[in-house]
Amino acid sequence: MRPLHRLLVGFSLALLTLTLLVGTISAFAFLFPEASNRSIPFYMLRPMHVSAALFWIITGAVSGILIYLPKVYPFAQPSPRVERSFVLLWLSTIGVIFTAYAFKKFGGREYWAFPPWLGIPLLVAWVCLLVVYFRAWRSRSDSPLYVWMWTTGVVAFLATFLEQNLYHIPWFRMSFLRELTVQWKSNGAMVGAWNQMIYGTALFLMVRISGDEKLAKSRSAFFFYFLGLTNLMFNWGHHIYNLPTNHWIRHIAYAITMTEWILLVNIIRGFRAKLASDRKYHYQLPYRFLAASEYWVLANLVLALFMSIPAINRYTHGTHITVAHAMGATIGINTMILLASFGYALKIDRLGSALRKNIAKYFVLVQVFLVIFWLALISAGVLKAWRETVLGMNSFDEIMRPVRVVLYLFAIAGVGLFFSMLPIIRAYWLALKQLGQGAKNVSHNTIQQPMEEQPN
Amino acid sequence: MRAFLLFLCLACAAFTGFVYTSEGPRTEAAPSPAALAGIQLWQDKNCQSCHQLYGLGGYMGPDLTNVARKGDQYMSSFLKSGTERMPNFQLSESEIERICAFLHWVDQSGSARVSADAVHWTGSYIIKP
Repeated sequence: MRPLHRLLVGFSLALLTLTLLVGTISAFAFLFPEASNRSIPFYMLRPMHVSAALFWIITGAVSGILIYLPKVYPFAQPSPRVERSFVLLWLSTIGVIFTAYAFKKFGGREYWAFPPWLGIPLLVAWVCLLVVYFRAWRSRSDSPLYVWMWTTGVVAFLATFLEQNLYHIPWFRMSFLRELTVQWKSNGAMVGAWNQMIYGTALFLMVRISGDEKLAKSRSAFFFYFLGLTNLMFNWGHHIYNLPTNHWIRHIAYAITMTEWILLVNIIRGFRAKLASDRKYHYQLPYRFLAASEYWVLANLVLALFMSIPAINRYTHGTHITVAHAMGATIGINTMILLASFGYALKIDRLGSALRKNIAKYFVLVQVFLVIFWLALISAGVLKAWRETVLGMNSFDEIMRPVRVVLYLFAIAGVGLFFSMLPIIRAYWLALKQLGQGAKNVSHNTIQQPMEEQPN
Repeated sequence: MRAFLLFLCLACAAFTGFVYTSEGPRTEAAPSPAALAGIQLWQDKNCQSCHQLYGLGGYMGPDLTNVARKGDQYMSSFLKSGTERMPNFQLSESEIERICAFLHWVDQSGSARVSADAVHWTGSYIIKP
């Protein structure tokens, strides 16, 4: 692995650690705000947690693409200078973003809570990434599906990022409903964009692990790609069902989202085959992370499908069920796939047996704590929905009193999740270090060899 | 497949155009200069980290879409000194007025809660202006 890619992977792992650490502190700040307001208030912690999670996912997804792209296009023209520009600009801007948060400088937008001018270096960095990607990319009629997904992801991210910033044009701010609609149109589609990048990497890994190239070329795989893409473009309206916008925005989002039942039926139909392949590749650690992500896809898809029915969304919207869906997807699906991707790239299966056993042990603990964490959030959401919408309570404090009790369980599960994820991250760091030392030895030998040969 | 991809992209572009330009069922008043300044303050203080508008935002505090219906005095008392859960942001009188103006503008855009009558038999909503 190239040093630049090792830097990206190391930075991504640091972001994951930060996400978990700040997330755990945030959970307690939510429960005990009087104490946290004296040091780090929740309004500072939340953007730090969200930004760390978001950049962990995006940087991790991009790392996968940059690492695996030369394997797909071995004869492609490399662009080392542009690639270095992307990495340095991207990483340093993220550093500045966290510094801005530390000085209470915010942009106050959901997902993008940093001062808006920091969007400019991020945009320039992304354009550099597109240059690197498209210089390597070759248009082929038989391109595997993961290439389609990566391409869709990197392009759609740029489009949604630009759309997210349209609010700087005064016309978009003249109507509050338009402003909120466009904000959630871009946010919703952006999630779809990074999912395309990450699911593309998951498919690439499945092909590599199984050696079955058909997985990325079958008609059904392409059918589900187009289903996902249609949802990326048109289903974002489920975020804003209760906005008094045009009815057709709501109806289109509802109709398009319901096509995902096909995906659910397909997952259930393929379950037996999945169990068989789980047994076949169980010995491979990256595969275990991939397999876990598929179970989380199933759980979150069921939750998302019910939440996307407006009549049910009337109860769930604005409750912790939405948080359960967001965190279930970012940890259960995205993080598991990224850990599979990094595990494969860092060759974690070649670590010492003690480390491998450790990863396997803590992997199980992560899943256990994540289930408790997820169920606690759903329970908190159900309780809030019941008190607010069914019982019609108006006092926020009264509504939240029993909800906070359930959230203690969520916070404790969060601590468990943090401490069970740490040994896995540590093992990945060691693998990264080993890989770096290996690369150093190789380059050292290649430099030394001719010098040793000189006397002859 | 490429033709279908092109069709999807064109459909998405057309859909986006409709979303941007179509007027909703409710006629919204343009924001006053004070409300516009209030938006900026709302963002600078990162209020959406703890509060929601139309159910979107953080869950530390209540949804503030229709809080303006409780009056300026009610809103000002929270903004002036905070609460046990909300820190005191040391806002000046004019800053408080701007945030109140913003919240009045948001309130005029609609209601955060969807009434049970709005649920259609298909499961969708028909929210009346």
